[in-house]
Amino acid sequence: MNKELFIFCLRLADNCLILAHRQSELCSKSPFLEEDIAQTNFGLDLLGQAEAIYNFAVEIEGNINTPDDLVYKRNERSFYNFILSEQPNTNFAFVVIRQYFMSVYLKIIYTTLSNIKDSKLSGISLKALKELDYQINHFELWIKRLGLGTKESKEKIQNAINELWIFTGELFERDNLDLNMEKNGYLLNSNLFYKKWINFINDIFNESNLNIPKDAYMVTGSKNGIHSEYMGFILTEMQFLQRTFPDAKW
Amino acid sequence: MVKKNINYKFQKRIDNNIKIEPRDDMPEGYRAHLIRQISQHAHSEVIGMQPEANWITRAPSLRSKKILLAKVQDEAGHGLYLYSAAETLGASRSDLIKKLHLKEAKYASIFNYPALTWSDIGAIGWLVDGAAITNQVSLQKTSYGPYSRAMIKICKEESFHQRQGFEIMIKMSHGTKEQKQMAQDSLNRFWWPSLMMFGPHDSDSTRSERAINWKIKRESNDFLRQKFIDKTVPQADFLGLTIPDQKLKWNKKRNSYDFGEINWNEFWRVVNGGGPCNQKRINHHINAHKDGEWVRKALIKYSEKYVK
Repeated sequence: MNKELFIFCLRLADNCLILAHRQSELCSKSPFLEEDIAQTNFGLDLLGQAEAIYNFAVEIEGNINTPDDLVYKRNERSFYNFILSEQPNTNFAFVVIRQYFMSVYLKIIYTTLSNIKDSKLSGISLKALKELDYQINHFELWIKRLGLGTKESKEKIQNAINELWIFTGELFERDNLDLNMEKNGYLLNSNLFYKKWINFINDIFNESNLNIPKDAYMVTGSKNGIHSEYMGFILTEMQFLQRTFPDAKW
Repeated sequence: MVKKNINYKFQKRIDNNIKIEPRDDMPEGYRAHLIRQISQHAHSEVIGMQPEANWITRAPSLRSKKILLAKVQDEAGHGLYLYSAAETLGASRSDLIKKLHLKEAKYASIFNYPALTWSDIGAIGWLVDGAAITNQVSLQKTSYGPYSRAMIKICKEESFHQRQGFEIMIKMSHGTKEQKQMAQDSLNRFWWPSLMMFGPHDSDSTRSERAINWKIKRESNDFLRQKFIDKTVPQADFLGLTIPDQKLKWNKKRNSYDFGEINWNEFWRVVNGGGPCNQKRINHHINAHKDGEWVRKALIKYSEKYVK
């Protein structure tokens, strides 16, 4: 099997899965009903993307595992989502910023993958890109509303940006596996990737009167399965039935 | 004299099965009854999201997680249609929500029971949505146009929800010993509260007669309850589960099941706030609403400043 492609897929799918988990937690808790429907919809989009990529990953692996095995039977150290994706829904501003940072990341990665020839990944990516455009649009509108709304909303969203910024460094890290994926056309090189990502952020932050924090320490570890303390609780909750009743079929 | 004339003409339209639309003249009693009923229905959809949302993050497969998330999202959508239908009668959503928070407005009492295990998610889909559909199918023919159209759309989605629940029950009841026990336990806890969903006996239902004359309500509580039981007993047999009612027995003469008496003390206690989760459900809604206040304020401020 192509081990590098397999891990590359896990990294992508794990991000979608864990973001979807955080979005699912918002169900019945949004500021108003229309927004509840939007947030659960994004959760569904991300869950669908995760499932499609896991399906592809198990094929690469040679059908030893099912997609559910990958979700429910791996331990924390074998999950590769960014630490950003697992950050909690502290308040609505944190949700908006986490999802926006990651939506832009996913848009860039899927755009590259949509051009890969002879791979199911391109089909998955083309479908996901349509969903992401809608998400980016939705979260940009919220960044503007909160940044230019009331004094309180501006403070809250700037605070979310400041607190989440240290988790964005991971988005542009490259290990040997990534460098090989770059060579094969699956990934943009780090500089170009960063440039595209920061352009989105700069544009919307300028428009919304918000600031990018000064460069500081960036948290790292997820490419080696090192996570924040939140991750253990996410998996405990997500995997509880499968772990408690290992013989059961659901 | 004028009022009497409106009432006479109005009843004639109802009797001729002509739908009443938002701009039509209608007696104030009809309007008030509908606002009460539709908003109660909307609140039920929205409060009903809570016990199920509680299990999305723990759903045991990608498939079941996706379906449950989509289902709870549908419930939010139903709430939205129904609040909109109530607004066509001149009610405002924020007032209706205020009444819910002040406990002046009710919602389906069934959601005051907790969803404790994964098979409760199956039982809710199978029994609670099953009971809701039985009621809602008859409401597709209700006399108020917007409500009737909302019901047609909602019924289509609800029948998918019921299948989702039944599928979980099939897997649980045909699974391991522990899964089967969970399935039986869920049926034991949800059976009677599901029967209570149809409301008091016809003889004790104070508003029923007027609602039936106005064709807001098309069938009586007891009729719909019997219909639900007759439909559900064979499904429980198929699952190999036992309905917790020793008096349940097929009655050849009536071509229906006889069944035991509902615990009406429990019914009234829970309706009036004394169920296991009444407090929790309302507090959850109030807290989400409060937590979102700064967001709604920002939205309004932004719209005033920038949206033309």
